[in-house]
Amino acid sequence: MAKETAPRWDRRMQQRLACGEAAALGELYDRFAALVHSQAHRMLDDEDAADLVTREVFAQVWENPEAYDPKQGSMRSWVARLTHRQSVQRLRRAVASSYAAEHGEDAAPDPEELERRVRSATAAARADYIVSSMPAPLRQALELAYVHRRDYRQTAADLGVTEDEARRRLRLGLQLLSTANARPLEGASPPGYGRAR
Amino acid sequence: MSGDGRASEGGEEEVRGARRIPGPRGAVDDLDLESVPRPLLPPPGPAAPDEAVPEQSAAEPPGPAAPERAGPEPSGPEDSGPEDAGPRDPGPEDAGPEQADPEDAGPAQAGPAQAGPAQAGPEQLAPHPFAPHPATPDQATPEPLMTSAPGTGLSHRVLQALLGAWALSACSAEETAAVEDHLTECAPCADEALRLRDAVGLLHTDGSLDLDPTLRSRVMDGCLGRRPARIPVPEHAAPYDAETARLDALLRDIGDSEWHAPVRLRWFEEEREVSRRTTVAGVIGHLTAVDGLLSAALGLDDPLGRGETPQDPIERTERYWSAAQRPPTRTVREPWRAQSHELIRTASFAGRNVAEASVSYGAFALPLQDALLDRAFECWVHGGDIADAVDYPYQAPAAAHLHRMIDLAARLLPAAVAGRRRAGLAGPAKELVTAGAPGRSVHLEIEGHGGGDWFIALDSPAALGSPERAVAQVALDGVEFCRLAAGHISPVEAAAGQEGDREAIRDVLFATASLSRL
Repeated sequence: MAKETAPRWDRRMQQRLACGEAAALGELYDRFAALVHSQAHRMLDDEDAADLVTREVFAQVWENPEAYDPKQGSMRSWVARLTHRQSVQRLRRAVASSYAAEHGEDAAPDPEELERRVRSATAAARADYIVSSMPAPLRQALELAYVHRRDYRQTAADLGVTEDEARRRLRLGLQLLSTANARPLEGASPPGYGRAR
Repeated sequence: MSGDGRASEGGEEEVRGARRIPGPRGAVDDLDLESVPRPLLPPPGPAAPDEAVPEQSAAEPPGPAAPERAGPEPSGPEDSGPEDAGPRDPGPEDAGPEQADPEDAGPAQAGPAQAGPAQAGPEQLAPHPFAPHPATPDQATPEPLMTSAPGTGLSHRVLQALLGAWALSACSAEETAAVEDHLTECAPCADEALRLRDAVGLLHTDGSLDLDPTLRSRVMDGCLGRRPARIPVPEHAAPYDAETARLDALLRDIGDSEWHAPVRLRWFEEEREVSRRTTVAGVIGHLTAVDGLLSAALGLDDPLGRGETPQDPIERTERYWSAAQRPPTRTVREPWRAQSHELIRTASFAGRNVAEASVSYGAFALPLQDALLDRAFECWVHGGDIADAVDYPYQAPAAAHLHRMIDLAARLLPAAVAGRRRAGLAGPAKELVTAGAPGRSVHLEIEGHGGGDWFIALDSPAALGSPERAVAQVALDGVEFCRLAAGHISPVEAAAGQEGDREAIRDVLFATASLSRL
């Protein structure tokens, strides 16, 4: 089920950005800033760093909108990939420099530990992306059970569905979410953001 | 997990929107279906929760195979109670991820494309509008696949279906015990249980962070510094661009029920404060209707439709409100936002050429560049009304934009004073001068961000306000002055400090309040 064509909005946005239309940049920000910033924040746990990633990602899109290939997925997933890449770079630098500050200039953190940090930050950010993109009925069920601590019977009542259905939604929602933990193959972009082929 | 006690006491309608698992809300079709396994489809039965207006859905063209848009689900085994149906195929449980072959079942090895419900057979993925009803004869016999958990009477299938609720600690103590017993003897369920528990660890409630409203301009400036715009947003449209974006960000964060929160719109009319009750959604309708004056002036579609439409803002608003069949909901956001984006875009392409084009408000007209400023002002003021109604913080505009809004009001004041004089509401003109010559003035000293000094000509709009001819001085904070111009405070309580001709000050302050309207 590859997407053959990106939605019209994506293509038109790409054209408008390529034309150098500042109003298009504003619209792009309005649509994706929350995604970019929260994803960067989830990975870096630092407000200023998330701001910087946001600036960098939008600058990349604005400077080079042609880099977006609609055949490879939505603009949203592309922006999420750029954000992920920027955040990973920044995370590596941050971990390395804080390690060096603690253990002396030439000290480098254990590469495995560094990779573990990157992986867990990636999974966390990917989980947010999956939650934000999953079908609303699944998300609502998870919100009720997790945020509001409703049991599945109450969740069913809140949503006006059968208890069977509530159980099913909770399980499906978690199954989807669990894919965030999947380890990406070497060199492949992480699942959840679309994949280049 | 912290701080979520507040909303959990609320009624059902509070549940949606009030507190949520944060993360930007996106559209379903943003998910790359190739790389994320698709879930079994929740049946869109009559009792499905209100999916009518998912965030941003109106703007997102339908993507292929967006899961929730697919047809009714084939009646899978999970839908049916243990007593009334079994799977169509007597084979092993076919719905869940445990279908994955043993060699790639573990979460660590499973690639994203293998893990999870994508393993379900094709008949689960494709919508089956005509799938046989569970009660068809060949399904009548339940087919327990594993032994029941001892002592509980619950079958593998029932326990498996409970795994999600179990992982979220959302089932009863008995069910929890039964599931946990089962996990000791059923490897596929144990695997899945582990995976789902890990997935719960990825959920969080640390509130979705509100974006710093100043980040937008910083990001835009950074971008434009690296690659200048070929078609910039003209300076006169910048405040409207910023204010509509700010309001939109607020609207994105409020829940469905908050769109119906009551709002009292206040303004100053016939020397007193008047008000009108509406809702948050009603306010957005009002903004849409009045912004539509600019759309019409720029040759775009009028949101009130084709043909003769009123120009008076109140009439336009009434027309817009009464055209709605039902009380407005959050669906008003998308058309409002689309229109404001289109206005900014069109104003950008037109550039300076149309800055002076006249926009008629019925009783008066403004050049387009001032009309855009006026709409930015209204957008901020009503954004504040909405923020008050839903108890959110809302800041003042950027100093440079606030300055321009104040400047617009100051420029409108001499005509407003003259109008009130004609109506017998302001003191008589004392000294007529030739057009363009300095006349008697009130020195308006606006403090704070965006402030400055303005000199308001008192006796004629044609006269020039001048420091030398100032007969009085009044000092006000910039935001207070705007609240006065919006009719949110009365002229009597407005001034912080004043000296000089009392009547002149009174005339200017009342004229400022008279600039307000619905």
